Amino acid sequence: MIREWVGGERIPFARRWGIAIAVLGLMIALILLGQGHGFGALEYLQFILDGLRGGSIYALVALGFVLVYRVMGVINFAQGAFVMLGPMLTAFFYEQKWPPAPGLRLALAALLAVGIVGALGMIIERLTLYPARRASPLTRIIITVGVYLSLQGAALLLWGPYAKVLPSFTTLSLSDPTYRFAGVRVKAQSLWIAGTLIAALLALGLFFGRTTVGKAMRACAVNRLAARLMGIPVDTMSTLAFGMAAALGAIAGIVLGPVTRATYDMGLELGLKGFVAAIMGGLVSFPGAVLGGLLLGALENLWAGVTVAGFKDLFAFVILILVLLLHPRGFAGTEAEVERA
Amino acid sequence: MRLEVEHLEVAYGPVRALHGVSLHVDPGEMVAVIGANGAGKTTLLRAISGLLRPKAGRIRFNGHEITGWAPERIVALGLVQIPERRQLFDSMSVEDNLRLGAYLRLRRGERKAVEEDLQRVFEIFPRLKERRRQMAGTLSGGEQQMLAIGRGLMARPRVLLLDEPSLGLAPLLVQELFRILRTLREQGLTLLLVEQNARQALRIADRAYVMETGRIVREGTAIELLTDPILQAAYLGGPSASIPSPPSSTEVAVHARFPRTAASGDAAMGEHGHGGDDASG
Repeated sequence: MIREWVGGERIPFARRWGIAIAVLGLMIALILLGQGHGFGALEYLQFILDGLRGGSIYALVALGFVLVYRVMGVINFAQGAFVMLGPMLTAFFYEQKWPPAPGLRLALAALLAVGIVGALGMIIERLTLYPARRASPLTRIIITVGVYLSLQGAALLLWGPYAKVLPSFTTLSLSDPTYRFAGVRVKAQSLWIAGTLIAALLALGLFFGRTTVGKAMRACAVNRLAARLMGIPVDTMSTLAFGMAAALGAIAGIVLGPVTRATYDMGLELGLKGFVAAIMGGLVSFPGAVLGGLLLGALENLWAGVTVAGFKDLFAFVILILVLLLHPRGFAGTEAEVERA
Repeated sequence: MRLEVEHLEVAYGPVRALHGVSLHVDPGEMVAVIGANGAGKTTLLRAISGLLRPKAGRIRFNGHEITGWAPERIVALGLVQIPERRQLFDSMSVEDNLRLGAYLRLRRGERKAVEEDLQRVFEIFPRLKERRRQMAGTLSGGEQQMLAIGRGLMARPRVLLLDEPSLGLAPLLVQELFRILRTLREQGLTLLLVEQNARQALRIADRAYVMETGRIVREGTAIELLTDPILQAAYLGGPSASIPSPPSSTEVAVHARFPRTAASGDAAMGEHGHGGDDASG
């Protein structure tokens, strides 16, 4: 029988608290580790604040994972490629000479890039996942890995291995102003990133909570059979969700663009960390994904601060390995999903 | 508005589930399909609704040949199914469930008509109005079935397909349910009812088909089948007349057109739902 196939809709209470306690313990351990360096409260605050910038990006990427997982039951590893395509396309359009005003040019370039990536996402879904809609979740996940590799390869062919640079949104130049509040420093671009995250969360909340199409999309996730019987075109909804996730990924990459350089292979790290963030948030909840992303960013930066900066990426992947060990069934969807009508 | 199924064959991979099923439902009729578990009744409805693609045969509705159409196009024609085990959107509110029943109409911009229908459904099932902000998954079994029917009605069906609506309901609630179905029918809705509860189904239907292992083995008017000795032995649990026949629906206020009176009981079926004076016989 086809039952509610989003198995993890409700995260067990005990597990939620287990995660909270583990995070708190980790934080205390990291702070104790930092005592050896003689760090004060201000330094810790600075680490966490800087970490939240990266965390906001992971959160934005994680929102895309959750969106696709909820509607389609697939973990979309192509998400990282869309994150990469956003700033690459934006930089490509920004490099053109038209229009002359740089601010307008950047805004247009970003809009165009988001639109193109969103449309590309929908086309890719139709061409790859839609024909395999009755295949097992594992097959579908591997398809998304293939899509990721193809897009990364295409970017390498198109633009070469060189990094592309996006200007700061505030000054439209390469230097980004730093603001000081009570002893801690905040980059202007970090505020853009935080604002984007809040806007994205609000927009998703409104879309899924208020609009007919958004509710219908949720209905596809809750009960696919019933959605079809009510005349909701579930395959179109899947395509739409995939396109929305791709556009969201592009936005994440674009606001991150001025902070790091955009390269053809930046999607791997961001995609995986976004996935870790989504898992930390339970994989089906948007606020959970945001919380997971922010936590991951803050913790990994704290970790890098008290150990060696080169160890930064270790943190996310240790969490990934731990989650996969503790949850070996994986998140590949339930039996019911395979036999859905 | 005639629904016609001709020599329908459906298979799940190599396993054939329907071997040439033919039936028809005329406008205004209430037709029952009865048969044991696994006879292919649910498969039949799923094929009609476009969830399963038939291997052979034809389905015609209202002059259109709808064989192989996508479910949303079939719903748009007014052929709406209320599936087995309700299949509600459990983690969404009662109101959202109802509105999603009218999804295609909302997309066509019939917002005002949909709101009117929402009020109409609330008048038929006042219990749903009380609980309209509650999650559908937290309703009692009877309320869930009411919600499933209400959600189906929100699509403004011309023909309603019902798959085992009485499944899992207490006997009194089953009586209430069948009364509501009968009233809907008297208001001009065409119904195709699939039921294991053969006796109850035959009491309210005009005609019926009997299915066995993917074939129609008998058909006739409901009265013929009710009194058929072979059927009585096989499906109706022997010749028994202890179950009272449902009262004529004019005594039951289940629609806005009929003024609701205290004597007719509450039409909403909840966990405390009672069948009125007549249900106890």
